[in-house]
Order: sequence, then structure tokens, then C-alpha cells
Amino acid sequence: MNVAIVGGGPAGLYLAILLRKLDRAADVRVLERNAPDATFGFGVVFSEETLGALRDADPETHLEITDTFARWDRIDIRYQGRELVSRGHSFSAIARKRLLEILQARCRELGVVLEFGVEVEELPDADLVVGADGANSFVRGLRDFGTKVRPEGSKYVWFGTDHVFDAFTFAFRETEHGLFNAHAYPYDERMSTFIVECPEPVWRAAGLDELDEQESLAFCEQLFANELRGRELFSNRSLWLDFPKITNRTWHDGNVVILGDAAHTAHFSIGSGTKLAMEDSISLAAALARRRWDLEAAFVDYELEREPFVERTQDAASESAAYFGRIASYSHLEPIQFAFNLITRAGRITHATLGVRDPQFTRVLDGWMGGRAVSPPPAFSAFELRGVRLENRFELVESTVSVSPEGRVSAEEAVVPEGRRLLRLSHAGRRGATQPRSRGVDLPLVDGWPVLAPTKKPYGPFGALPGEPDEDAVLRAFVAAAKAAQADVLEIDMAHGYLLGSYLSPLTNDDEDRLRFPVSVLEAVRAVWDGPLAVRLSVTDWHPRGNSVEDGVEIARALAEHGCDLIHVEAGQTIHDDRPQYRRGYLTALSDRVRNGARVPTIVGGYLTTLDEANTIVGAGRADLVLLDLPDTQIERTLKSSSTVRLGEVRA
Amino acid sequence: MPGATGELLLEWARRADAGPFSSIGVLDRVLYDSYEPFAALAGAAGVTSRVRLATMIAIGPLRSTAMLAKQAASVHGLSGGRLTLGLAVGARTEDFEAAGVEHKGRGKRLGEQLAYIRGDVDADRVGPSRDGIEILVGGLSGPAYSRMARYADGYAHNGGPPRAFANAAGRALAAWSDLGRPGKPKLWGQGYFAFGDTAQGDAYLRDYYAFTGPFAEKIAAGNLTSARAMKDYVRGYEEAGCDELVLFPTVADIEELERLQEAVA
Repeated sequence: MNVAIVGGGPAGLYLAILLRKLDRAADVRVLERNAPDATFGFGVVFSEETLGALRDADPETHLEITDTFARWDRIDIRYQGRELVSRGHSFSAIARKRLLEILQARCRELGVVLEFGVEVEELPDADLVVGADGANSFVRGLRDFGTKVRPEGSKYVWFGTDHVFDAFTFAFRETEHGLFNAHAYPYDERMSTFIVECPEPVWRAAGLDELDEQESLAFCEQLFANELRGRELFSNRSLWLDFPKITNRTWHDGNVVILGDAAHTAHFSIGSGTKLAMEDSISLAAALARRRWDLEAAFVDYELEREPFVERTQDAASESAAYFGRIASYSHLEPIQFAFNLITRAGRITHATLGVRDPQFTRVLDGWMGGRAVSPPPAFSAFELRGVRLENRFELVESTVSVSPEGRVSAEEAVVPEGRRLLRLSHAGRRGATQPRSRGVDLPLVDGWPVLAPTKKPYGPFGALPGEPDEDAVLRAFVAAAKAAQADVLEIDMAHGYLLGSYLSPLTNDDEDRLRFPVSVLEAVRAVWDGPLAVRLSVTDWHPRGNSVEDGVEIARALAEHGCDLIHVEAGQTIHDDRPQYRRGYLTALSDRVRNGARVPTIVGGYLTTLDEANTIVGAGRADLVLLDLPDTQIERTLKSSSTVRLGEVRA
Repeated sequence: MPGATGELLLEWARRADAGPFSSIGVLDRVLYDSYEPFAALAGAAGVTSRVRLATMIAIGPLRSTAMLAKQAASVHGLSGGRLTLGLAVGARTEDFEAAGVEHKGRGKRLGEQLAYIRGDVDADRVGPSRDGIEILVGGLSGPAYSRMARYADGYAHNGGPPRAFANAAGRALAAWSDLGRPGKPKLWGQGYFAFGDTAQGDAYLRDYYAFTGPFAEKIAAGNLTSARAMKDYVRGYEEAGCDELVLFPTVADIEELERLQEAVA
């Protein structure tokens, strides 16, 4: 077996080691375009889990790698003059250069042929060709792997510094141009990695697009002089970059296989690139061993094993990249909440898992939220909204009342659930006159009543043509229902393509001023209802021609200015053929955008099934209140779903 | 599949009905040596009395809406109300070309078909009765989950390891909650197996899924070829909340049913 590995980074070298260990008869060459001691980047991070895998795969290199490791268990967050500390995270890092030295030496010991300074210009002649040549892989370009490359996150630049940090440090610096942040961690006894990041508009406003390498280094050094304790930054071709998110439909073609960054990248802010690459090598070598060099079978095993991990890591990395892209919107959060939000940004750490690692941190957070040193978790903290005190963040139970007979979704009756009531005033608009929800949704009645909308098109297949709304009558109906309402929180329904929602979307309303009528209803209800008033809003239409999340945040801001106290975050259903993105907690990110972008309190559902989710969401300031889909509230959900109540019955 | 005679299909149905199984399922494809799903289920209806008869899935938009409703209602009527109608948009352009149907707009047409069948549109003119047809929708896209939650009783997954099913099931439950449907959707899963000539089974899957390119190898690698693998698969699906698991043979041999029965016993 003749193996040619293109790329002498950690993935390529490690695979070479494992293949020679597997089969001493195999001829293994590594082709690297640079010199043996050339390296880009400074330190790389590993987790405990990866270290275990490295130990099992090759104890010799594991020993050497861990001997030179920098290890620490703290995350420091420096924000608004405060330093917040979270412990129990167990990180390890090593100088990339040192890692390569160790791997190169082991390669030589095992008889791997290392060829440096070789510019590969065509596919090497070998039984097995491995593309371990990084994000800009040459090998990948020679075959069709279904490659997609998209930039994600903010502008960033990678430096080293001789200030040795003693924790994974996130530092934030406000400037006249906007917020900058740094990611710093030690990688040996004298050096640290120091990455500076800022959103593209901030980068441009600060004039960084016009500075050269030395000037931008000086800029960053000055900006983070406090964090660097007067030490220097070092450049290693350190230029401002966009992070490329790389995905491939497949990682093999014939006798060619790709791994590491060539196959998939994960945003640097979760520090998983090298870890993923070396785990790829382990998986591929194990598959080749198991399949006795049957390449096709081994490649399939390798992809099947690695894809789920890689996909999960890439998803988390994208969340993290997006978080740092909108970092400025969190500047109103209290430092402890800001820090908890940062730590839980990628969805991998929750209130419960952090509580195990660092009970002191969650105790401080809970105490801050609960207003007492020893408090229950965030979801159990009280919340006050326009003079109404809720004892916890999840006690509100939804119910709906139609403001007029023609505004009913269906002719079903519903029982009003018990609990603190969030009473929704709704007009179904063109989604009215349908069969019971137990049967399906938007199934028109054969002999239904006339429906209304600002558009002439029916909602779904076989739906009734909507008539033009008598706006005065609709407004009067909302006001009358509000006057008669008995609830802890009253809510106006402007979501999901019901009547007021259909006014808000360009998909269903051609008017320039789409806020006009919904806002007039809001103001009229506000005038007769003194208590907390919520608006249920589809923050995005999930459609390319509909309202985007940015539009939704602006609408939320406008509604708040006109007297709305709480946005009930929903998405989609403005039209029946939208493109929703369902998963557990699919509305959480949208609520985060509204709460921290428009600075309006929010309530959010979106298939949340655990109190841990509620604690994490509320603790991180992604929402103020939550609607849970707990298994034992199944009955309530059943009630909720057949939720349209005839007028007089609720009033009685 | 190639080699499966009508006689074998009916014998399979007969034995499944007599055995411990709760449903029998069929696939749908035009350009392949396979039986038309509604015809196959109508045949099965005649030789069974107990098991549910499921399309896993039928490609709705290959058929006109009224004809689809009529075919489904006919099987439902002939089987004494045992039809589970799984529908999805299908993945192969060639099948649409062969059927002389536009591939574009298939999602929209499936939505109309579901609204038509579930909403009893034209029910007074197009019999037999559709009452009680259990409807499932398959697919992994956002619109597929939304069509499922809007019009169907449950979700039909396309197979793969239990964690893939669990992930899809989570999305299905989220969609169900979003559309405000009472209760929970029925969750149906599927898998492939071969206990005898496993190489032949793998080859069949590579051939059947050749249109997916490199993915065909992965599907073949997922073929369940031992009792142990089958037990793990069934347990994994159970833990992920699967209500009904449909296991498809990849070798045309009645012995496979006996061995499946032993494996899952």
C-alpha cells in the first residue's frame, strides 16, 4: 500500500503515524509545501475527551504532547471594568510549532517519508491520496466533493503575546467605532495566543481596512494594553481575515479522501479545529485497519462515524460566531448575566451543566436574579411587568379569545386553562372558518363564514377568498374584548398570519405603512387596558420576500414605543408555504435578537421541554418569560391547541 | 425489488399478518423493478385481516390529486380501514419525467393533496370515504415538517441510525407544537435488513440508491445484517420514541421474514 498525504499539519502527520503503526509494509509519504519549522498560528486547544482519544491511538506522542501542555480550568471574562471568573472547564493547549515537532519526530521514528518544500501541482501517484492540506485544500479542488465555502462571524486577526494568561480570557473593549473583543489563552510557559475580533462595520469605521500589518498590530496592542499588562503582540503574517465555514457533501472520491480543515472548519471561537482534525485521523486509520485497506468501505465508515460529531461542532461554532458578531447588542446586560450568556452561547453548556462544573458561578447568577444570596435557579425568580408580579418565569398559561364571531379559527369550544393567564385577543383573518385542529390546521369548512385580510389571496389550498376588513369594526371588537378581558397579561395576536399579522408582512400587505392598523389597534387597547400588554409577533416570516429577523426586531421596537410591554416571540406561518427551521428551542435565538436588539422584554416557547432550558434562557437574558412544553403540561397543551373560545363564554 | 414475484409479496403479507408484526409497508418508485404501492397494498388487503397497510412513503405529486385520493380511499375501503398513507415529495427527477409530471412545484402540489385528502375536499363526488385514513408525511426540510404538522397524523422518517431519527423526531414534535396540534404526532421509522445473502442485499441498496451518488454506500453500510445489529437498531428506535418501525428486506426471499421474526422476538 502506497499512501501520499498532502499537507504536513497535525492531521496529516498524525494520520501518517497511525498508518505506519497499522501496517509497517505501507509506504507513507507526507508532502508539505513549507519548511519543517514554518508554522502559522500560535497555540492550539484540546479538550479532555480528545486527549483520551490521543492516548489510546498513540501513547508515545500523547505523553510528549501532555508533557508540554499548558493546562488551566478558568474562563475569565473582562467586561465593563469587571472581571468575572468561571472555573471547572479543564482546557489544555500546546504551541502549534511544538506539536508539529513532536509529530514529525514520531513520523521519522516510524519510517514515514517527510518531504518539505514540495509544491503539489497534480494528484500524487499513490494507492491512497489524503488531502490534509487545510481550508484552502488543493487536493479538494481536484475532485468534486460538493464543497461549500461561506464566510461566518466577524473580522479577526491572530497574534501571539509573551504575556502568559492564566485562564481562557475573553476581553471586551468599547471604542468610538464600536466594540472589540479578544480571545486569549496560554499555550506554554512563556506565550499565549491572542485573537482580536470585531464586526466588519466596526473594523471599517476604525480604518483597519487601510492599516498594514504593523499598524494594525500597534492598534490592537494599544487597545488591549490593559489585558496585555504592557507586553507585546507578535505577528506571524497576522492579517485581518474572514473565517471561512467549509462544508463538503462527501469527504471521499475514488482513492482520494480529505480530512481536517480541508473537509470541514469550525469557527475559532470554540477552539475545535485541531481537535476535529486529529480525531478525523484516528477515525480514518481505525476504519482502514478494520476494513483491511478496503478504501471505499473504510471511507464510508469514516464519514459515517465523523459526520455527526463534525456537524454538531460546526453548528455550535456557527452559533458562537454569530454571537460574537452581535456582541454589541448585549452591552446592556449586567456583567454576571453577560458572562453567563457568553459561556452558554454555543448551546453546549447549560445552567445545569455549568452548575456541576462551577456551582459558585451559578449561585452568583441565581442570587443576582433572585435578589437574595441563596436563590433558586433563574426560572424561579419573580418578574414584574407593569405592576403585576409573576412568581416565576414559566407560570403563564396561554389561552385565546376571538374578538368577533367572524374572527374565529374554528367553531370548536375550549376550556380556559388554570394558572396565571396570558389571554390572547385574536382575529383569525384569512385563517378563519376552518375545521377542528385535532383534524388538521387550515382545512377550510365546507360552509364556513366569510374571512378577512388585507390581501385578496386565500391562506392555503382550497381556502376562502378573503374580503376587505372593516377596520373600524375590527378595532372596536378588539377594544370591546379588551374591556371585558380578565387576565394577568393581555396579549394582542399579531403573529402567524392571523388578521393583524397579515397587515405586518410584505407577503400579505402591499401598503407602505404596514404598521398603521396594527399600531392603531395596539394604542386603542392600551387606552382601555391598564395591566401588562403583550403582542404576539412573527419575528421573521421565514421567507425570502417576507420580514427578516432584522425587520422583526424593528417592528418589536416600534410596538414597544406604542405601549407594548412584552413581545411574545413567534416565527413564520404568515403564509402557509414558508420555510420554517424547526428544532428544540427554535425560537430562542429569535427571542434573544428581539430582547437584546430592540431591548423589549420577551416571552418565548418553541418546544422547550425542560426546566434547564428555561433556566439557561432566562439566566442568559435571551428571554424574560418562557412557555414550556413539559410532559405534564400535555393536557394544558391539548387545551391550548383547541384554544378558540366563543365570545360570551370567556366574558361570563 | 428485482426478483420479488407477486406471489412472494402476497406470501410475505400473509405471514406478516399471521406473525407478530403490526404493519406492512411498501416503497414507491417508477423507474425500477418494483410494484406500484397502492396496487401492492390492495393485493395485501385481500390476504390479510389484521396488519396496517402503509405506504412508506408514496410520492404524492406523481399522481393527480383526485386519483391519489381515490387510490388511497380504495385501499382503505378494501382493507376495512387499515390504510396508513405516508406521503412525501420524492427524490428522483427521473421518476417525475417517466410519469410525465413536472418535478418543479412538487412540494406545493403535495400540500394541496394533503389539504384535499384530509380536508375532505370533493368528498361528495370522489368516493370511497376517506374517513379514518391515517396520514403520515415524510421529508427532512422545514416545509416537510410544517406540512406534516398541518395536515397529517404523524411523521414518516427515511431511515438511518437512531440518533438521526431522534433528531428528526425532535423537529417533528417542535413543528407539531408550533401548529398548535393537540397530543403528539405518531412517529414512524424504517430500516433495511438482510440475514441470508447479505452481499446481495447490500448490492440491491447500492443499486436502488445509485441516484444519491456517494450516499448509496452509506445506506448500504446501514443494512442490518445480523440479529445483534437488528436488536440494537430496534432498541435505539424505541428509546428515541419511535411508535412504529418498518423493516424492509433487501433480499427477495421469504426466509428473510422468518429470520426477522427470530431476531426481534
